[in-house]
Amino acid sequence: MKSGVVVFPGSNRERDMLRALENITGSKPAAIWHADTELPDLDLVVLCGGFSYGDYLRTGAIAARGNIMPAIAKAADRGVRVLGICNGFQILCEAGLLPGVLMRNAGLKFVCKEVKLEVANADTDFTRKYKQGQVWRCPVAHGDGNYFTDAETLKRLEGEGRVGLRYAEGTNPNGSLNDIAGILNERGNVFGMMPHPENMIEPLNGATDGRALFESVLEAVA
Amino acid sequence: MKARIKVTLKNGVLDPQGKAIEGALGSLGFSGVESVRQGKFFEVELAETDPAKARAALDEMSKKLLANTVIENYAVEIDEQ
Repeated sequence: MKSGVVVFPGSNRERDMLRALENITGSKPAAIWHADTELPDLDLVVLCGGFSYGDYLRTGAIAARGNIMPAIAKAADRGVRVLGICNGFQILCEAGLLPGVLMRNAGLKFVCKEVKLEVANADTDFTRKYKQGQVWRCPVAHGDGNYFTDAETLKRLEGEGRVGLRYAEGTNPNGSLNDIAGILNERGNVFGMMPHPENMIEPLNGATDGRALFESVLEAVA
Repeated sequence: MKARIKVTLKNGVLDPQGKAIEGALGSLGFSGVESVRQGKFFEVELAETDPAKARAALDEMSKKLLANTVIENYAVEIDEQ
């Protein structure tokens, strides 16, 4: 699988993501600079975590209008898988590639801890290696992860099986609507989530529960 | 030409920062504060001299960047001198 990680000024999880992708896919991912206007030929584009542009204006707002974004939108239109983690999720929402917005955590605090995620839909390109309803461990680290959207969009997301992951067992760390941790676009090839599966892939991380997420994409594009 | 853009949270959108400020005002002894909502305020200077064109441009700027219209409303005000 050919993968790439987009790096914005203020991204800080690109190394974790590059390492995870190489570990799981067996091939070296490309690092893509935000100022580029074209993407290499890829099966998976990842927008990683961090604090792009210092979270100025709104989290992800400036990065979402960056030079590389039209190329990512075009790739998504072609069916290329796009994964946004944490700040990457915020950027995808701000760019309109996913609906809704990530607001300030309801508790106002930056949360950096482990949560439990429940697979709300195992029939997606990003979750197919999990079982429906499976609960897995994953770290979160964010100040703005409180997913919000209008009632109509929420109803559509739920009705169309586009909520891929939820915070399980009372571990919602941010006040997210319906405990939403990760959502899909309409076509199912763009996925955004606040938690960090790339930090749960080898025994050194304490668990390997995040591997299946990347292995799902690997299987989907094979 | 100078303009001001006010961005506010839509009704019904939870504002945890506003709530925290409301609580802080209460703990400072300001009684009777029933609600606080936090927003953003932008001062923009434009080269454009035609108010109608300026307003159209500011409207576009607000929609495309300054406000996230999923959760925020915006209001544009222009100094017409």
